Amino acid sequence: MAVQVLIPPALQTLTSGEASVSLEANSIDGLLAALEERFPGFGGRICDESGKLRRFLNLYVNSEDIRFLDNQATALADGDEVSIVPAVAGG
Amino acid sequence: MTATLSRSTFSGLRCKECGHPYPAGARHVCEDVCFGPLEVVYDYEAIRSRVSRATIEAGPVSIWRYREFLPIEADPIDVGTGFTPLLRANRLARRLGLNNLYIKNDGVNMPTLSFKDRVVSVALSRARELGFSTVSCASTGNLANSTAAIAAHAGLECCVFIPSDLELGKVLGTLIYNPTVMAVKGNYDQVNRLCSEVANTHGWGFVNINLRPYYSEGSKTLGYEVIEQLGWQLPDHVVAPLASGSLFTKIHKGFQEFVKVGLVDEKPVRFSGAQAEGCSPIAQAFAEGRDFITPVKPNTIAKSIAIGNPADGPYAIDIANRTGGSIAAVSDAEIIAGIQLLAETEGIFTETAGGTTIAVLKKLVEQGKIDPSETTVAYITGNGLKTTEAVASAIGEPFLIEAQLDSFNSAWDRAQSLHRATWETVG
Repeated sequence: MAVQVLIPPALQTLTSGEASVSLEANSIDGLLAALEERFPGFGGRICDESGKLRRFLNLYVNSEDIRFLDNQATALADGDEVSIVPAVAGG
Repeated sequence: MTATLSRSTFSGLRCKECGHPYPAGARHVCEDVCFGPLEVVYDYEAIRSRVSRATIEAGPVSIWRYREFLPIEADPIDVGTGFTPLLRANRLARRLGLNNLYIKNDGVNMPTLSFKDRVVSVALSRARELGFSTVSCASTGNLANSTAAIAAHAGLECCVFIPSDLELGKVLGTLIYNPTVMAVKGNYDQVNRLCSEVANTHGWGFVNINLRPYYSEGSKTLGYEVIEQLGWQLPDHVVAPLASGSLFTKIHKGFQEFVKVGLVDEKPVRFSGAQAEGCSPIAQAFAEGRDFITPVKPNTIAKSIAIGNPADGPYAIDIANRTGGSIAAVSDAEIIAGIQLLAETEGIFTETAGGTTIAVLKKLVEQGKIDPSETTVAYITGNGLKTTEAVASAIGEPFLIEAQLDSFNSAWDRAQSLHRATWETVG
């Protein structure tokens, strides 16, 4: 289950400058764990102490907001693209 | 760079959530800590020492009479934006059962007939200072009009992004300034996400993304002007449309700043917000007593306020709660009736966002949530000539007559009987 993750510039310091990384994961929760394992400290940046995504970050699976899917339990399939986008924009 | 800000009254940016400081560059997100929104930090003592009612009254007849409260360093791009009419709306007030109603009419703002000219004037002034040569935005229509027009005036390159299903008047009203227009197959929230990604890679100044801390400050002038136009007094109650929630929170901030620097006496002001039922994530959260927003997929004729994932929604809810205001939603039919009511009683033709505001105003009065004696200001943020298709099927049509007196007389008789029938229906 390889998925492609788009990393915003703010988090690229944790990925050695990589804007896109490929990881194995079956769900968003699994992906967050995989990100932390590959890039120690990543999880703590994008999640709060309880492991919930910070409220000012949006995650999209193939352009769909995970809040329209299954939130952090959203299943991932081979070839899915996940983008991490700061929420504070627009209007 | 912050040490060199000589004429300016701001010193940098700060996270609204965690307070982490940042230099005054093109950034909008607390990237080092919590990803919260960044806000401009002002030196209010410096502002207090420089401004008075007299200095403001002697300033230009535009938003730049308040330049000490706006985040720019050098000369602004002044295209005459702001200082739009505050109209005492007696006929509408009588119809609704209010005694002291005012309409702040930004449908005649310059240069593009919406409140967006305020935020864009500030954002592009700052963009120029920060060295951007290309400016951009994610827009529901009005913002694209404004960004393209003011960029043209300032000689900046411009590329704007809109949902592909916008009203023709809004698309034409952007294309005329000859920017590059990207019509995205998707809703506004999808446009916004795309733009966040483009902003990361293209080095452009996006007025409502990486320039958002400066941009959003422009809406404070809608608060300042109302205070000044009411004879240096605060109103009791304001009703404004909610899209991202930014306008609403910045009117509130504008009121607070004038109190803070001693330009107006403090008093409680209730803040009520208006949404369309087909896109009402903030009204839904307010009704359910939540402080977080669950995004929705928009389906309403009020396209200019159709933001399903509103960035400042939680802050708007907080202000409505703290001030004793309300947030309500109305149907598309009520929105059209609101547009017609404002036009027929006050001679103001507003777009769907304004119809939403008037319909919510009416609803709140009917629910007893606005006291008739309160000095109430309804903010009309856009012009109806841009969205004629929204009302085309609801309004009458002309009497087609021959150029002869007989033809006129018989049509006039028909008009009078139609008029009587309408009155009988209204009761």
